[in-house]
Amino acid sequence: MTSEEIREVIIDILGDIAPDEELGDLKDEIAFRDQLELDSMDFLDIVMELRKRYRVQVPEEDYGELASMQSTVTYLEPKMQDVEKA
Amino acid sequence: MISLPADEQRIVITGIGLTAPNGNDLGEFRESLLEGRSGVVPYEIRYVGKTLAGICQFDELRYQKRKEVRRGTRAGSVGIYCAQEAVKDSGVDWENTDRSRVGIYVGVTEHGNVETENEVYELKGYDYDTQFWSHHHNPRTVANNPAGEISLNMGITGPHYSIGAACAAGNAGLIQGAQMLRLGDCDLAICGGVSESVHTFGIFASFKSQGALAEHEDATRASRPFDVDRNGIVVAEGGCLYVLERFSDARKRGAKVYGELAGYAINSDASDFVLPNPDRQAQCVDLALQRAGLRPEQIDIVSTHATGTSSGDAQECAALRRVFETSDRTHFNNTKSFIGHAMGAAGSLELSGNLPAFHDRICHPTINVDELDPECAIDQLICGEPRELESVDYILNNSFGMLGINSAVIIKRM
Repeated sequence: MTSEEIREVIIDILGDIAPDEELGDLKDEIAFRDQLELDSMDFLDIVMELRKRYRVQVPEEDYGELASMQSTVTYLEPKMQDVEKA
Repeated sequence: MISLPADEQRIVITGIGLTAPNGNDLGEFRESLLEGRSGVVPYEIRYVGKTLAGICQFDELRYQKRKEVRRGTRAGSVGIYCAQEAVKDSGVDWENTDRSRVGIYVGVTEHGNVETENEVYELKGYDYDTQFWSHHHNPRTVANNPAGEISLNMGITGPHYSIGAACAAGNAGLIQGAQMLRLGDCDLAICGGVSESVHTFGIFASFKSQGALAEHEDATRASRPFDVDRNGIVVAEGGCLYVLERFSDARKRGAKVYGELAGYAINSDASDFVLPNPDRQAQCVDLALQRAGLRPEQIDIVSTHATGTSSGDAQECAALRRVFETSDRTHFNNTKSFIGHAMGAAGSLELSGNLPAFHDRICHPTINVDELDPECAIDQLICGEPRELESVDYILNNSFGMLGINSAVIIKRM
């Protein structure tokens, strides 16, 4: 999966867990929490959806890597390089 | 003779918020009850297949964001809708209300079955590997969930909890609210009952296994308490929450008052898991009358609990005949014939639909009684059409539940 495809996956997941948010204006370098109403349960949703959809595991010590779109994509690239986009 | 309580101990209803299968506020609900409009529809649920149910059509997004609906439970959404509507209806100055002095007491028949069934169903797709079990499971299934969601949604920081009381829960929630007001634990109580039970296949399957799930080719005629051809319960969802206040507070702010809690009682059969006990039911109603300082003939309307099961309806009628045999003034009706059995919401919903009778003096009927079962024959059972009464001063609301819990609430016209 390319970095752009990973970004699309995250946008799709965010669309499910934060359906009231406008995601078109999301800035990749700014923390999700500074742009969206997300709490710890939402970040667990992101982790769970990655696990369910792509069997990608994000261990608890790495949760901080999911702070922004940029850091999330950078973190997931090596984990998802051999994964086909659903 | 019971002495009258001081105004600080008198509890009145000042707001009502509800959703029923045939109405999303008291006006709509009452209109449906007077016009004979059922809320029972064909319904399908996993594993059980085609069945019937009372389904609510309220607007979840009126008071919740889509994210809140997704994260929470149906019972939570029902509760939030009813609580918000009740507070709005009460006319209380909510912006300036001390939320730490508001209590939330929500009756439930059960809670957590829906969410657990959904998770197990999802998990099957992952070969029951529990790493795919949702972190939302626990907050969705804790017993206080419906009350807690109301607290979160409305910023209420006073006490909140659910009252597990089987199908007597709607009355039990109301009683709990009144008790906490009398104890001074809160200044405003949001209380009653909610139910999301139509979303659990287990409740349908269990009633079916028990031979107590209603069937009829016409959904609107399936719920038929007291009829000789009744064949069981129609499961329904819904909610009805009241705003209760001390009369002294309600009077001070010039609130409209639906009625005063004149008496109540809860007791237990201690005799069977599911079969009702008419002796204990009669004792419960007697106790409520005694606490209200009333004689049976002072009750104008009895809202019966009857669910449409063969033995349950007959047993309740036996209890009512015993208590009201000397009264030619008391009339009886039943709301489940319209909407099915709204479980934890049943008691509070069924009471609310009768309260407008204090002003219009009309007793809404029981529908779907084509041929009255002789075992259910009670004088003044209002069947088919509403009846205008000379006056309505007191309404008594019965609600009973499994494991032998009985409740009766008496409301007085103000």
